[in-house]
Amino acid sequence: MIEHFARALTQWPLFLNGFFNTVWLCASTAIVSLILAMLLAVPLMSRLLTIRAASRFVVDSIRSVPFLLLAYMAYYCLPAIGISLSSWAAALITLVIYNTAYFAEILRGAWSHLPPQQEEGGRAFGFTGIRLFVHIIGPQLFIAAGPVLGNQMIQVIKDSAFLMVITIPELTFRANQVQSILFVPFETFIIAGCLYWILCNSVEWMVHRLERVAEMRRVR
Amino acid sequence: MPDDNNTGTPVLQVRSLVKSFGKLRVLDDVSITVDAGETVCIVGPSGSGKSTLLRCINLLEWPDSGEIYLRGERFGFRENDRSREVRMNDREMAHIRTRVGMVFQQFNLWPHLTAFGNITVSPIHVLKRPREEVEAEAEALLAKVGLQDKRDEYPIRLSGGQQQRVAIARALAMHPDVLLFDEPTSSLDPELVGEVLAVMKGLADEGRTMAVVTHEMVFAREAADYVVFMDGGRIVEAGTPEEFFSNPKTSRAQQFLERYR
Repeated sequence: MIEHFARALTQWPLFLNGFFNTVWLCASTAIVSLILAMLLAVPLMSRLLTIRAASRFVVDSIRSVPFLLLAYMAYYCLPAIGISLSSWAAALITLVIYNTAYFAEILRGAWSHLPPQQEEGGRAFGFTGIRLFVHIIGPQLFIAAGPVLGNQMIQVIKDSAFLMVITIPELTFRANQVQSILFVPFETFIIAGCLYWILCNSVEWMVHRLERVAEMRRVR
Repeated sequence: MPDDNNTGTPVLQVRSLVKSFGKLRVLDDVSITVDAGETVCIVGPSGSGKSTLLRCINLLEWPDSGEIYLRGERFGFRENDRSREVRMNDREMAHIRTRVGMVFQQFNLWPHLTAFGNITVSPIHVLKRPREEVEAEAEALLAKVGLQDKRDEYPIRLSGGQQQRVAIARALAMHPDVLLFDEPTSSLDPELVGEVLAVMKGLADEGRTMAVVTHEMVFAREAADYVVFMDGGRIVEAGTPEEFFSNPKTSRAQQFLERYR
């Protein structure tokens, strides 16, 4: 068994490449989706019912589609209507759309629990629009929603494994490749599992740090 | 003062303010004038419209009718190119609000910022004043309210009285034309009320222009230049503290003051 591990590890450049691809896919998804989610949280919290209902409908629709199906749609269905994307573009777009919906819903939840006096206090001191969000509301949302956002981030990492079906050479794809070359599936997938474990626990560690920050401020 | 029969432009002038929530008329033809350097205390039973009056003054609530003037400028409205009065947009309103300092009953400090951050964030990011200048002033303001050692504490680590004193420093940092206090000691434990009132008394003695909604009759008697008594959304009586507290004219005011004897 030890020697099987040793054999699997001879393919370390493949593991490393898969690991790296997973990391950058997930990291860019996190950044882009969070920015888009902040923008999407505004209509979700709109005082106008039509805007609120329309944005809700969009977010809920995306959230009710399985991730794998969304990836298939981006990869196979878009070319059918004349939009052909590289597999990388299809993968990133799928990840971003799917997680923007989740992140936006998480931020909306945190926002609706923010005491209205916080926003009112901001307005009384002349904050409005983007500045009100950047300095008063946004930081409180991120502190309050940190742990939930972290959980969703872990979900992103695991969902990204599905992207092997649209030929993205991420970690699971590479592991599958290694085992088909060497015929040591058990050891190969254990190694891949460990790499996912490291990734998810790094996120978990960052969430813990954020929780400590929140604890000092006790933002609800 | 209930009427505007004095010379010079008053800092704050409220004319015939009316505000209803549904069928309930919360403010009924309320007029108040606050002159420069004056402290006006607004007293009265709960539900008499005192807090709504303050919230209407900086337009956190929009009054149904009536006018508010800040140093002679119409609050909430401006002249358009055809010199007709139109409602201010969000941005213009935000700007004019910075000239009215608000101290809330529940302090409403921002929990993600330290005491120092709470004081400096608005002057730096709203008024766009130079950071060094704002920070130096914030240190001085913290010293003024007796909290220089709490500079880097987050609000959750401060007592109610300390939070309210930070909130006062936060309002002062905006250099407002007038300070509005909305029952600033009502949500404090009794032993913490004194420290906040002491700071407010100091501001009144310095000649700041203030409108204070309060249930602290001793404070009103000592610090106010003028006392306004409200009941049922109307101004029932107004006068100097000596007149009002020693010799209330209306039976409503007499009844009200009985409870504080």
